[in-house]
Amino acid sequence: MSRTRSWPRMVALVIGAIFFLFPFYYMIIGSLQAKRDTSITGIIPTHGVTLHNYAQINASLDLLRSLVNSGIFTGGVILATVIFGVLAGYALARLHFRGRGTLFALMLLVQVVPFQLLIIPLYVMIVRNYGLGDSYMGMILPFAINSVAVFIFRQFFLALPEDLFAAARIDGASELRILWSIALPLVRPALLTVVLITFIGPWNELLWPFLVTKDVSLQPLAVSLANYISNVAGRATNPYGAILAGSVVLAAPVVALFVAFQKHFTSSELGSGVKG
Amino acid sequence: MPTATVTTHQPGPTMPPPKRRSRRLTTLFGRQPLGMALAAPYVVFLAAVFAYPLGLAVYMSFHRYFFAAPGAVVARPFVGLQNYKTALSDPAVQRSFLNVVEFLIINVPLTVVLSLVLASSLNGAIRGRTFLRVAYYVPYVTASVAVVAVWLFLFSNGGLVNQLLGPLAPDPSWLVNSTLAMPLIAVFVTWKQLGFFILLYLAALQNVSKELYEAASVDGAGKFRSFMNVTVPGVRPATTLVVILATITGANLFTEPYLLTNGGGPDGASASPVLVMYQKGIEQGSPDIAAAIGVILVIGVLVVSLINRRLLERD
Repeated sequence: MSRTRSWPRMVALVIGAIFFLFPFYYMIIGSLQAKRDTSITGIIPTHGVTLHNYAQINASLDLLRSLVNSGIFTGGVILATVIFGVLAGYALARLHFRGRGTLFALMLLVQVVPFQLLIIPLYVMIVRNYGLGDSYMGMILPFAINSVAVFIFRQFFLALPEDLFAAARIDGASELRILWSIALPLVRPALLTVVLITFIGPWNELLWPFLVTKDVSLQPLAVSLANYISNVAGRATNPYGAILAGSVVLAAPVVALFVAFQKHFTSSELGSGVKG
Repeated sequence: MPTATVTTHQPGPTMPPPKRRSRRLTTLFGRQPLGMALAAPYVVFLAAVFAYPLGLAVYMSFHRYFFAAPGAVVARPFVGLQNYKTALSDPAVQRSFLNVVEFLIINVPLTVVLSLVLASSLNGAIRGRTFLRVAYYVPYVTASVAVVAVWLFLFSNGGLVNQLLGPLAPDPSWLVNSTLAMPLIAVFVTWKQLGFFILLYLAALQNVSKELYEAASVDGAGKFRSFMNVTVPGVRPATTLVVILATITGANLFTEPYLLTNGGGPDGASASPVLVMYQKGIEQGSPDIAAAIGVILVIGVLVVSLINRRLLERD
């Protein structure tokens, strides 16, 4: 197809992109300004930039510790999702066992069960009954295996040609060996897509870790920043600069990850989910 | 070649010699019972984190339930529909359900129209396609907490938006205005989620056959006509999915009213059911009432989804 020379379409798309990106630009500018400048000319920083806001937010909520907590929470979820998701996805795609159809239906059903209904009983179970409040385990548990990831793994394993498996079985390879040495190397692209999709869940999640962690030293950055926003909102002074500095720190890892690996987050990678 | 590698490997010691498995075992576990073992952790996870809490939520909503120390045996009498009555007669709960309806009326149509239009503009070879695609999904991948902070800044009383509007700026300002707070949250969520729905539509557009567009242009249909008569019907299954997912996202609303309007303000005008659940269940210690609100909310989402499906998939 030749490159379309449709100017109205291009102009509309670019204006749209500005609407999508401007708040991010404003976030960075706001985090670098010494004083809050809400005027129209404030869009371009003329009074010089400062890192003072970063120091200020760091003094209030210990950015490094919050980032480490976010990292452990997110890392735990990704690890569990990749390990158990590969196993479940492979079983669902390639092995005939009793209950496979039911499990597949359940996996799809889970994606429409709204998390909000489960919040209260999960809180009762995990915090009250199991005493896992204020622990990484309690944070990770409800997110441990991302069903979307299981689905993506299944779709990728399903797309591999059956001959490959038949040949390996004739050669006497065990099912586990087939999974490890043949199937897994071939679905490596799925691994990155799954990591990307799984990453945004726990890294950005507010409600669950907010309920589970009362101990400030265990709170992920999304929670400590949210607490900072809601606590200072009532005060007279305007600590917007500090809030925006915290926002930049929270947003930067995800945005960097998705820009760097944008090839793995495209409609064709996710498309299997909507086709059919 | 992967197949070649395997032929060079000797069968491992774990390999059982080929033997005839008893037919009864095959019927009981299936041809490859190993699948059960591989899927077991996921099954346990689904049972513990979805099935059991789902049952517990329904149980709690029909009983007088309160937080007790771990291990303590307390009576939890069956109270029938009492929790539902209490929840539904509470003005704060009623308000939150009306709010979420208002939210969905704005958010869902806006999401469907904008994401389909942007996806079909992005479809095909255009300059800077990758950049545009990434630009549109950056808000989706970023934490609500982070972008809410910028919107607070933009829409506050003396914020940039009001500066631009000058005398047209609403009074009271956006986030403290009881008429404008909820629509602004609906617009915020539309903006934030749009990138994901654009990706769904981009995938769906690959399935619309090129011949249909050619046929339409042979018949003299312009760009708009072929969009309405080819694209829109061609992506109908995706539209059903987008509507249902947007409805579920809307029903899950918590972070935005909690932070953007400082806990559903002004005076509950932007409170969402999940925010009220949090307030009732955890702040005020009535998890039974909160569970009842959750069950009502989910039934509502299911009903709305089914109606949407019927409407979108008829003919």
